[in-house]
Amino acid sequence: MPRVVPFLQLVLCILLAGSAGAESLLSETPLTDQPGDATRGLAIIRDPSRASCLICHSIASLPDKDQGGLGPPLDGVAEIYDAGQLRQRIIDARRGNPITIMPPYFTTDGLFRVGERWEGQTIYTAQDVEDVVAFLLTLKD
Amino acid sequence: MKRLLALLMVMATPALAEPISAPVSGYTFMEPSTQQIQDDDFLNPAFFLVEKGQALWDQPWPGADQSCRSCHGDAETSMRGVAARYPDWDSRDAVMISLESRLNREITERLGGHPLALESEDLLALTAFVSLQSRGLPMAIRIDEQVQEWVDRGQEIFVTRRGQLNLSCQNCHDDHWGQMLRGDMISQGQINAFPIFRLTWDEVGSRHRMFTWCMEAIRSEPFPLGSDEYLALETYLAVRGQGLMIEAPGVRR
Repeated sequence: MPRVVPFLQLVLCILLAGSAGAESLLSETPLTDQPGDATRGLAIIRDPSRASCLICHSIASLPDKDQGGLGPPLDGVAEIYDAGQLRQRIIDARRGNPITIMPPYFTTDGLFRVGERWEGQTIYTAQDVEDVVAFLLTLKD
Repeated sequence: MKRLLALLMVMATPALAEPISAPVSGYTFMEPSTQQIQDDDFLNPAFFLVEKGQALWDQPWPGADQSCRSCHGDAETSMRGVAARYPDWDSRDAVMISLESRLNREITERLGGHPLALESEDLLALTAFVSLQSRGLPMAIRIDEQVQEWVDRGQEIFVTRRGQLNLSCQNCHDDHWGQMLRGDMISQGQINAFPIFRLTWDEVGSRHRMFTWCMEAIRSEPFPLGSDEYLALETYLAVRGQGLMIEAPGVRR
């Protein structure tokens, strides 16, 4: 057992490094030429009609009442993930975690019985993704 | 690193299809101010419809000499426990039948009337009035081979992820009930209080109307009211909530 634990840690590190590397490769390039606007990103993430972050997550530094408690808090998220990793999670969190309940914000892949009003559309536009990434990058400890 | 581990643990939590060990009524997840409206029949706006349902029960059906009362007498006695047993398998016609469909069958076959439209005030009124007679009794769906087929079909709908938000009923109402979605605590999605007066609608609605509301919330194409899909989902949910006390007509946010 004592020998197994470090081995598992090593495997975990390799897996993490591997998946982080792959993610960055997939999405390190911004989706738009216009740099993300953190102020606009904040407006998006607190707007319930946009199926947005605060429905499920919380951010302690924001005064918004009734923040969500379903996903992990986003405080300090920029200390953990870089722009590419955040972008990837917003575009399609299933790529890192197939059973995540987080909706895919910028893909229509693998969806079932999407309502007629929403058919063929993504939750966010490319610029929305960039703006939200820009805002999330401000969330440091 | 601690935060990273916490995140990893959240990510690693499997979404198992665990049956709910003890069903909890949606009442539990309401604000006290909403609970108080349900607790007081004089405050509960659904009782306007109950009164209308009582009148429909008592008066001769339009175009007929007879009323519901002519055959069934006092609903307080004859309808006690009836709503708690629906949906049920009807062996005469070999169909699964909801309470609303059963009421419409009585109206057309025994009273020679036209079936009431789903979600019409009259059908909601009659459903609320009949369901009230089961208040305080446990949901008691009879399960046989035929019913089980509908339960299985309903469960399939319950666990299938759908819509632009890619969520299943199960994702919220089995795996995350009791947690906060913005200002609202997620319920188990139990159906023991229907028809309900819903504050969001400012009127009374059926189980199937609620299903449509949920489907639209996850941006999925709803099924028609009265469809086999909703009847299957209703049957699954009724069996899943077996034993919960009927609260009809309930009040929800």
